[in-house]
Amino acid sequence: MTDQLDIARPARSTLPLTRIVTIGVLVALAVVPPLAKLSGYDFYLDLATRLVILAIAAVSLNLILGYGGMVSFGHAAYIGIGAYAVGIPAYHASYGEFDAIASYNGFFQIAIAVTASAVFALITGALCLRTRGVYFIMITMAFAQMVFFLFVSMETYGGDDGLVIDTRSELPLISLDDALTLYFVCWAALTVSVYLVHRITNSRFGLALQGAKGNEARMKALGFNTYAYRLTAYVIAGAMCGFAGALLGNFTTFISPEMIDWTRSGELIFMVLLGGTGTLIGPVVGAVVFIGLEEILSDITIYWHLPFGILLILTVLFFRGGIMGMVAMLVESRRD
Amino acid sequence: MDLTLVVIQCLNGMQLGILLFLLASGLTLTFGIMDFVNLAHGSLYMVGAFLCATLTFWTGSFIWGVLLALPLTALAGIAVEFIVVRHLYSRDHLDHVLATFGLILCIDTMTHLIWGAEGIAVPLPAFLNGQVELFAGIIFPSFRLLIIGAGLIVAGGLYYLVNHTRLGMLIRAGASNRTMVSALGVDIQTLFTLVFALGAVLAGLAGMLIAPITEASIGMGNEIIITAFVVIIVGGIGSMKGAFIAAMLIGLIDTLGRSYIDDLFKLAMSTEAAETAAPAVSAMLIYILMAVVLTFRPQGLFPPKVR
Repeated sequence: MTDQLDIARPARSTLPLTRIVTIGVLVALAVVPPLAKLSGYDFYLDLATRLVILAIAAVSLNLILGYGGMVSFGHAAYIGIGAYAVGIPAYHASYGEFDAIASYNGFFQIAIAVTASAVFALITGALCLRTRGVYFIMITMAFAQMVFFLFVSMETYGGDDGLVIDTRSELPLISLDDALTLYFVCWAALTVSVYLVHRITNSRFGLALQGAKGNEARMKALGFNTYAYRLTAYVIAGAMCGFAGALLGNFTTFISPEMIDWTRSGELIFMVLLGGTGTLIGPVVGAVVFIGLEEILSDITIYWHLPFGILLILTVLFFRGGIMGMVAMLVESRRD
Repeated sequence: MDLTLVVIQCLNGMQLGILLFLLASGLTLTFGIMDFVNLAHGSLYMVGAFLCATLTFWTGSFIWGVLLALPLTALAGIAVEFIVVRHLYSRDHLDHVLATFGLILCIDTMTHLIWGAEGIAVPLPAFLNGQVELFAGIIFPSFRLLIIGAGLIVAGGLYYLVNHTRLGMLIRAGASNRTMVSALGVDIQTLFTLVFALGAVLAGLAGMLIAPITEASIGMGNEIIITAFVVIIVGGIGSMKGAFIAAMLIGLIDTLGRSYIDDLFKLAMSTEAAETAAPAVSAMLIYILMAVVLTFRPQGLFPPKVR
């Protein structure tokens, strides 16, 4: 069994250029935004914090979309669940009631964020993964919308209007109120996420997952329970994205159902596609380009959604491999 | 529980169901025949509403507004098909959803550019703006009754079109074997354009019918489109009968759930607990229904026969 899997092992990070790009992007993210902050451009640090958090979400989506072939159009639900897992305990710690979950403790909140996301992913994933193709896309979308309406209906936590988080998660030794600290926490989380996905996709589990994407019938014939592999990946991705949501709640100090709107899920997919599906650093690159474009275009005109939409359509029509696909092509052409 | 109110809520549920059917039928047609997933279907619903609003003001009559807006919505649909959609038929579903997601951004922004950020209220003519007494004591707005009537007529017309006309025969043939139909000399590209335009008209009609009740506003399609997806998932993607039955079911369950689930909960728990839980549960009700249907029938209630 192991031998066959070894043969199937894709030509991955042996390409030096992709590895250089991966490390380069992470190092640049570690250096440039803090430098901007130190030079007085606080705004760019904020932008970069949002970018890095969304990049974690995109990396987690890429695990199921790029490596597992599962087009989840409801991934923003986990961002919402994670953010509310910070907001709700903090709310009760400030205003009483539900003492059992009232807490500012960051570890407690993150534990809730990750657990709740994983449980939601397990329940909905078990149902969604019974279906294929368009059904899967629409059902993941519908379940995210269910979470959206659930949060809208919870008047205690602001309903439609959302809720301001008065106090950020409290962690030992560091304070998330410091913008630079918060940024480095997010950056570290991103780096860990990328490394985690790297390890997962190169493990036996990850290869079986990719095998199920490539040829499900063959993987089943080889004795793999593809459903279980997919579901496990789905839960891991959900938990990872829930963690990103907890960070986003801490960054914006504001939670609202709008975070879960299905268009947010669409944006996450666009980031993954823009950067390159099924590549390790692609989603991060995609998030950088996405947030950058959003920033530049919305600066020029309030109608920035129009050029943005056109760009999205053009990307789908003519730019299949994404940015990392271009990088890989460069590598190939240099070899020839 | 007041029986009169129950009847009125059922009628409201039917009215929502009819709107959902108008949206879902277009989705299910384009999916069944072209294997195409159109997220931007909700944008055509919005375009219909805005066109109708403008034309109602120009002509001074809601009826003329609708009659003129219908062909214009068809043109909008054809334009969208011609510029973007037809390049996507050979692609996979991920490309469909992403490109049509881009289309939503474009269409919403263009609507913003043309009509401005504010919503437009659509005035009704006096004879539609009243109420009628159906049975003893049951008074219902006449316009909502018109929506139900119009929707049922359209549903009947669609049934006739699909099952008893030459075009319908081609549509059914195209759904079961596209390659064979085009090999027999049918211009499949034109057929696809026609079907897409038909879907656009149906979505636009739904938008025109709802505009006098809510108003024509940007993003109005983006919420209801998900509910329309739930409808076609429950009904079985590609099935017209399934879309109709599921639309009615979901319209009724959603409306009745919002009205009566707190009463139902009060039977089992304290008033306070019921009032906290009821809004959350009624908001999730149709998704729970979807989950239940999927557990037992992953292909929906009426999956189309595939050859």
